[in-house]
This record gives sequence, C-alpha cells and structure tokens, in this order.
Amino acid sequence: MKSLEELKAIREKMQGQVGFRSENEDGTRVVVGMATCGIASGARPVLNELVKQVNDRKLTDVAVTQTGCIGLCQYEPIVEVYKPGEEKVTYVKMTADKAVEVLEKHVLGGTVVEDYTLNKIKL
Amino acid sequence: MLPEISLNVLDIAQNSIKAGAKLVEIEVSRMRQDKTMTLSINDDGCGMDAEQLERVIDPFFTSRTTRKIGLGVPFLKQAAEASGGSFRITSEVNKGTQVFATFHTDHIDCMPLGDINSTIFSLVTMNEDLDFVYTYRVDQKEFTLDTREIREILGNVSFQNADVTAFLREYLSENQLEVEQ
Repeated sequence: MKSLEELKAIREKMQGQVGFRSENEDGTRVVVGMATCGIASGARPVLNELVKQVNDRKLTDVAVTQTGCIGLCQYEPIVEVYKPGEEKVTYVKMTADKAVEVLEKHVLGGTVVEDYTLNKIKL
Repeated sequence: MLPEISLNVLDIAQNSIKAGAKLVEIEVSRMRQDKTMTLSINDDGCGMDAEQLERVIDPFFTSRTTRKIGLGVPFLKQAAEASGGSFRITSEVNKGTQVFATFHTDHIDCMPLGDINSTIFSLVTMNEDLDFVYTYRVDQKEFTLDTREIREILGNVSFQNADVTAFLREYLSENQLEVEQ
C-alpha cells in the first residue's frame, strides 16, 4: 500500500516558497461547468486535463476552478476563460484536447480560439 | 443518463458541496462473490426536510430556481434499479444527507464503475475548503484517502500543487490496484 509518507517530503520542499497557490488576483481563471449536464457530456476529463497541464507546465498564475450549470446545457462541456482586464470568453462543446489548445493559444498565447467559442454557434 | 457509476458519484457529491458540507464521505464496496457493489455518499451539509426529500427523486424537481429540473438523484436511482439493485436517500435538516445504492454487477444493465479515481481526484483538488474521506473496498481489502490526514501533513501547501496532484493520482491508482488483486 502506498502511504502518505511522501507528502512530508513535498511539504519540506515547498516550505519557504510563499505565494505558490495559483489563486492570486492577477492570474487567469479557467472555469469548467461541473453540474449534471457538464458531467454527462464529458466535463470531468476536461477539468482533470486542465489541472494536469497547468501543473506540468508549472503555470502559477492560472487557476482552474469549477462552477455549476450556467443554463446552456446543450453546449456542455463549457469552459470559461477570465483573463484580467479582458472580457470573459465562453468555449462550448469542449474536449480534453480542445481545452489544451485553448490553454496554449488563448491563456498562454493571448489569441482567442474563435472556432470553439459560444459566439461561433448559432443559438 | 450518466454512463458510469463514478460520474454519478461526482454529480451526487456536487449536491453535497452545494449543501455546504464540510465533510463528504464516499464509499465504494465491491463483493466479488455476491457480484454486488454498494455505494454510499454521506455529507454533513444543510440536509432536506421530509417534503424536499420526497421530491428529490422526482426528475422534475430541483432546489435551483434558475431551471425546473434536477436529474442527478433520479439518474443514480434509475441506474441502481436497472441493475436489479436498490436506492435509498435519507436526510435531516442541518445534519446532512445520506445516499445509498446497490448494484448487481452481473446484470446486463449494470453500468461500469468507470474511472472512480478521476472523480475523487477532481473532487479533492477542486474543493480545498472541505474534506473528503474516500474508501474503496473489494471483499476484505480496502484503502482510504482522508483529506484531513493529508491536510495535516501538508500544512498550507495546496492540493493543486503539482507534486501533490501527482502524488494523489498515484496514491489512488496504486492502492486501487492493490485492493483489487
């Protein structure tokens, strides 16, 4: 059985590294809809992939969080990107792969991936 | 319908979170000989009164005011009963809610458990302000992930820390494999 022992080493390593938590106000927030509609259409792998990418790339100013149903169930999984000082961008019908693309091009690169946005969809 | 039991777990746990729970206990218990799997999700959230409780299994009821249907609880009930199993929900105002389901795993309509570790991982990393106790049991063997223990060791290191998330993924998958052996 794997024990919790390794966590002690992680704590030691992190000590003194203040402000590690990625919830600072100047950072970008990436929000995934995790209500029944989101979960049913595949939000869980989208969310977990985003967390993994943010960790793997050591992005300390990007926070991945979840929200409930925003009332557009048929377009789930939905990912909203909030960059400081910019208007919110809503991405619809996300997959883990599309989410990585959004992370690279929009969150990191600054260019909105128009093809996946809500604006592209005829409501 | 949610295609995996583990997705139902994620969805039901979101109700606990919305109910303001501080502690959510999730248990998955598989009995190979009996070909059954039981699932329980207990929380210490705001709970429901008798009237709400009666309506919560009705798909055309939701506590939300922005829409008129809530499918999470009915989905789980339907999934359990479709496998010849059972479903029960109990609740008390200001005390919490208990959801309990049994599945017959040899039934043709029994959905797979699915990626339960992904469910637990996303709950733990997305809700750092509350605690989870997850127990996975196969016959006599079991393991537990208790965020209160983890929190005590980590101090103020975030569950979203890269090393911590890597640890959590390994902890869940390695211990699940061992329990299943």
